[in-house]
Amino acid sequence: MNFWFEMKEGLFIALRALRANKIRTILTMLGIVIGITSVVLMTTAINGIDGAFQKGISALGSDVLYIDKFAWFGNVDFWEMRNRKNLIMDDYSRFKELAKLPKASAPVLRARKTLKYGENNVEGVILVGSTADFVATTNFTFELGRFFTRTEGQAARDVVVLGSEVAKNLFPRGDALDKTIKIGNHNFKVIGVLDEQGSFILGSFNPDNQVFLPIGSIFKYFLNRSRGSITINVRAQSPALVLDTKEEAIGIMRKIRGLKYDTTDDFAINQQEGLMNNYNSVVGVIQIAGLFITGLALFVGAIGIMNIMFVSVKERTKEIGLRKAIGARRRTILGQFILESSAICLFGGLVGLLLAVMLSMVIDQFLPTSVQYSAVIIAILISLITGVLAGFAPAYTAAKMDPVTALRYE
Amino acid sequence: MNIIKIEHIAKIYQLGTQEVKALADVSLKLDKNEYVAIMGPSGSGKSTLMNMLGCLDTPTSGIYEFTGKNVSEMTDNDLAKIRNQEIGFVFQTFNLLARSNALHNVELPLIYAGISAQERKERAEKALADVGLEDRIHHKPNELSGGQRQRVAIARALVTNPSIILADEPTGNLDSKTGEEIMGLFNELHEKGNTIILVTHEEYIAEHAVRIIRLRDGLVESDDVVRKRYIPIKNNLAKN
Repeated sequence: MNFWFEMKEGLFIALRALRANKIRTILTMLGIVIGITSVVLMTTAINGIDGAFQKGISALGSDVLYIDKFAWFGNVDFWEMRNRKNLIMDDYSRFKELAKLPKASAPVLRARKTLKYGENNVEGVILVGSTADFVATTNFTFELGRFFTRTEGQAARDVVVLGSEVAKNLFPRGDALDKTIKIGNHNFKVIGVLDEQGSFILGSFNPDNQVFLPIGSIFKYFLNRSRGSITINVRAQSPALVLDTKEEAIGIMRKIRGLKYDTTDDFAINQQEGLMNNYNSVVGVIQIAGLFITGLALFVGAIGIMNIMFVSVKERTKEIGLRKAIGARRRTILGQFILESSAICLFGGLVGLLLAVMLSMVIDQFLPTSVQYSAVIIAILISLITGVLAGFAPAYTAAKMDPVTALRYE
Repeated sequence: MNIIKIEHIAKIYQLGTQEVKALADVSLKLDKNEYVAIMGPSGSGKSTLMNMLGCLDTPTSGIYEFTGKNVSEMTDNDLAKIRNQEIGFVFQTFNLLARSNALHNVELPLIYAGISAQERKERAEKALADVGLEDRIHHKPNELSGGQRQRVAIARALVTNPSIILADEPTGNLDSKTGEEIMGLFNELHEKGNTIILVTHEEYIAEHAVRIIRLRDGLVESDDVVRKRYIPIKNNLAKN
C-alpha cells in the first residue's frame, strides 16, 4: 500500500472523525487560531515598526557625522558632558576653515516654539537654525520653493523652510509659499516646503515635523548666543570616506578646543550607525520577548490539542481495536491520528492567518504594519508542525494498542 | 493442505506474580470448507484460542501454521496483513463504526488492503447484497435492527474473500429468532464453500456446525465430527 493512498484515505477518515465532533473540533481549533493570530500579528507589528524606523533613520544619512557636546550613546558621564565648554559659532568657522575632507558642513542650533498662521497653529515645533550649507549635508528635496541662500543666512533674514507635516498643518490647502507665519511673536516668510522625508518613529526629530531658518535668526529672537551649544553636521564625500572624515574631524576639534595630547576629547562625534546599533539591540529584545509571549499562546493551544487527542484515542479504543483486527497496521493508525491533529492545526492556522491579516489592516490605520509572505508561510508551517507534535503522543498510544484488549474495552 | 494447523500451542499470561495458563496444550487441524464450533465454559480458553486463530495474538509456545505460513513468529505488520486478507471477523457486539453508513463500514477492510475507491464501492455493494441488505446501503448502524447490523458485520467479513470466517458469539446480542436467521446466513455461506469457525457457549448454536470442538481448562476435551455435512435448520429441529 503506497504512502499517498494511505495519506488520502487517512485524511478522509480524519475529516470524518472531526466532522462527527464539530463543537469539540471548533473549540480545540480556537486555541490554535488565537495562537497563530497573535504570533502573526506580533511579527507583523515588529516588521512594520522596524521598517518605519529604518526609513526614518536613513533620513539621517549614513554618511553624516554630528559633532556635539553630548554623545548619543556610550558610558560617558552625563555631568561630565554637561560641564564641557559649549560648541560655539567660532568653533564652527575654524572647523570649516581647517577641514578638507567634508563634502559639506553646517552648524545647527535647535529651539522649540509654537507656529501660527491665521487660525492654525502647531505647538512645540523644533526650529533648526543653520546656514545655507545645511541643505548640502542632507538629502532634502523640495515640494515647493527653495532653501535659504548664503546671503539670507548670513544676514539672518526672517525666512523659513517648512517640513512637510508642519506645512500640512498650517496650510491644509498647500498654499504655503510666500505666506508670512508667526514663530513665537515674530513674522517669518515661507520660502520653501520640503517633501516628506522621514517617518513618525523619530517623533519631533523627524524633519517633517521641523522648520529650518538661518541660525542668526535663532540667536536674534529665541536663544541667547552665550547659552546654546551648536552641533556641527559634517557630511563625508562618500560613505567610504566617513572614517577618514571622522579621524580628521577629531584632530581638528582637539586643536580648536586646545586639548593637550593626554586629555580626553571634550566633544563627541555621533553617527547614525550608533543609533542603528542601539536600536537593533532594543528591537531584538522586544522581538524575542514578543515572540516568546505569543509563542506561549500557541503552546497552550497545542496542549489543548494534545489533550483532546488523548481523550479521543481513549474514547475510540474499541474502534481502534476493530480497525486493527480488520487489518490496519500500527503505522496506519499512527498516521490517522496525526493527520487528525494536523488537520485541526492547519485549519486553525489558516483561520488565524486570515484573522491576523484582517486585524493588521485595521491596525495599519494607526501604526504601520506589513504582513509578509514569509510570515504566512512560517505560520502555516508552524501550525502543521504543532499538529504533528501535539498529535504524536496520543497517536502513538493508539498505534501500540493491543487489538485484543482494545476490542474488549467498554 | 490444511488451512489451519496448530501444534501444541500454549498461552500463558502473567498476572502479577501468578502465571495463568489460558491455553495449556492444544493441537488442531482445519481444512477448507469446514464448519467448526468451538465450545467451552468461560475460562476454558476458547476466547484465547479464537484470538490465536484470528492472528490477533501469538502463542507463548507451539506452532501455528496458517495456509502453510508460520504465524507464531510473524511481526505485527505481517499479522495485520493476514487478518486483513485471510480472516473475516464477526463479533458479538457487531463493532460497526457508529457514524459511518453500512457501505463505508463494509469498505473498511478494503481501505486497509489498498484497494481503489471505485472497486471498494462495487465490492462492498455486492457483499451487502449477498447478505440481503442491498436496500440498506446508506443506513447508519443506529438506523438498522440488531440482525441487520450483524448482517453488515458479516458483509464486512466477507468482502475481502477471506480464507476463514471467525465468528465470536455472533448471536449473543440477538433475540433467538434473529439469531436463527443469522445462523441461517452462516449455513448458507458454508454451503457456498466458506470455512467458518464459530465460538459459542450455546449448544443450539453449536449444533449448526459440522464439527464441534470442546475445550476445558486450556485443553481439548473432545473434537467430534457430528455429521457429514450441514443439515438445513428445519430438519435439525425436527430431529430433536
